[in-house]
Amino acid sequence: MSALKELTKGFYKENPVFRLALGLCPALAVSTSVKNALGMGAAATFVLLGSNIVISLLGKVIPAKVRIPCFVVVIASFVTIVELVMGAYLPELSKSLGIFIPLIVVNCIILGRAEAFASKNGLWLSIMDGIGMGLGFTFAIVLIGAIREILGDGKLFGYMVLGPDFQPVLIMILAPGAFITIGLLMGYFNILDAKVKRRAEAVEAAKANARGGR
Amino acid sequence: MDLGQLLAIVVGAIFVSNFVLARFLGLCPFVGVSKDSESALGMGMAVIFVMTMASLVTWFVYNYVLVPLEITYLRTIAFILVIAALVQFVEMVIEKTSPTLHKSLGIYLPLITTNCAVLGVAVVNVDSFMSTGLSRNASFIYTLVHGFAAGLGFTLALILMAAIRERLDLIDVPESMRGIPITFIVAGLMAIAFLGFSGLKIG
Repeated sequence: MSALKELTKGFYKENPVFRLALGLCPALAVSTSVKNALGMGAAATFVLLGSNIVISLLGKVIPAKVRIPCFVVVIASFVTIVELVMGAYLPELSKSLGIFIPLIVVNCIILGRAEAFASKNGLWLSIMDGIGMGLGFTFAIVLIGAIREILGDGKLFGYMVLGPDFQPVLIMILAPGAFITIGLLMGYFNILDAKVKRRAEAVEAAKANARGGR
Repeated sequence: MDLGQLLAIVVGAIFVSNFVLARFLGLCPFVGVSKDSESALGMGMAVIFVMTMASLVTWFVYNYVLVPLEITYLRTIAFILVIAALVQFVEMVIEKTSPTLHKSLGIYLPLITTNCAVLGVAVVNVDSFMSTGLSRNASFIYTLVHGFAAGLGFTLALILMAAIRERLDLIDVPESMRGIPITFIVAGLMAIAFLGFSGLKIG
């Protein structure tokens, strides 16, 4: 049950990009198309899973004082693996993601999960946390990528979706579109959150009323 | 090496491909430390300093360690370790030599290790100056100048944003957009303004 909770929390409740405002740089920079977004999401998920596994296994061996440099070395090793594999097998994707592949090292989500979760929890939960947070990040970046690709290019996955008459909003593909998209999405998530809270409060109040009436 | 090229690098790093607004690097401090202009200035100074130092140190590491040993594919690991050590070292030196400076910059220094703009500038330097067959002297000067100018560009964006956010405090923003969301919308508008520089050609 709790493993399932670790797996699903990354999507909404603790979504790293929209709720925790972590990993913003890659989320904005490579979300020009769904394809790039999926590539970045997969790479970050792999690194997150790998570093969570290694760090949860080494949690008790690493001295507390030098833990951050140790975490960084573990993460950087996985990033180097991704860099080399992607360069060899997916050279096109590797080119369009550019410097944001080496920069996965400083993606705060990964170091954050290592510090806050993997170093304190067992292997199984850390795997779940790594996959869940990775998928949550992927979900966020693909969502941004889809909005930007549809509005800015009229396409999704490179296929026309809005018909030939659609006039692309070029700004969405460029840098400003990324900022505006994520700003509006975060605002929307805040509205959703307020709604959920209000509903929970209403339920509480109704319960209290029912008890008081009796 | 000519001055036109240098000028192009400086203007390019500050305006045309501004690290924050065009390259999306260093967004965490850009959102987190832009609430008032005083701390924005402090953070900016610290970033300029660390970025210049990091450019210098990674140039030596790349040319005198990674290239001779033929392990340039390990640059990510090498750079992040060097930068982390550098930040720690700088903090210690400043603490010993100038307590007043440490007081104003100190709290920002640990944050800088995870600032992707610093690792970003090192990687961009390698891609555009070190592995492109420039002579050693030229690549050294270009790297240093680019590191400094990129820090300036980051600081410019940060201070502009802080000035706008101080005004934003007085405005009735819809509740769901308060804080980070409206900051991103403002950043988007700033990025549109900075797009205007992209037509600029120098050198």
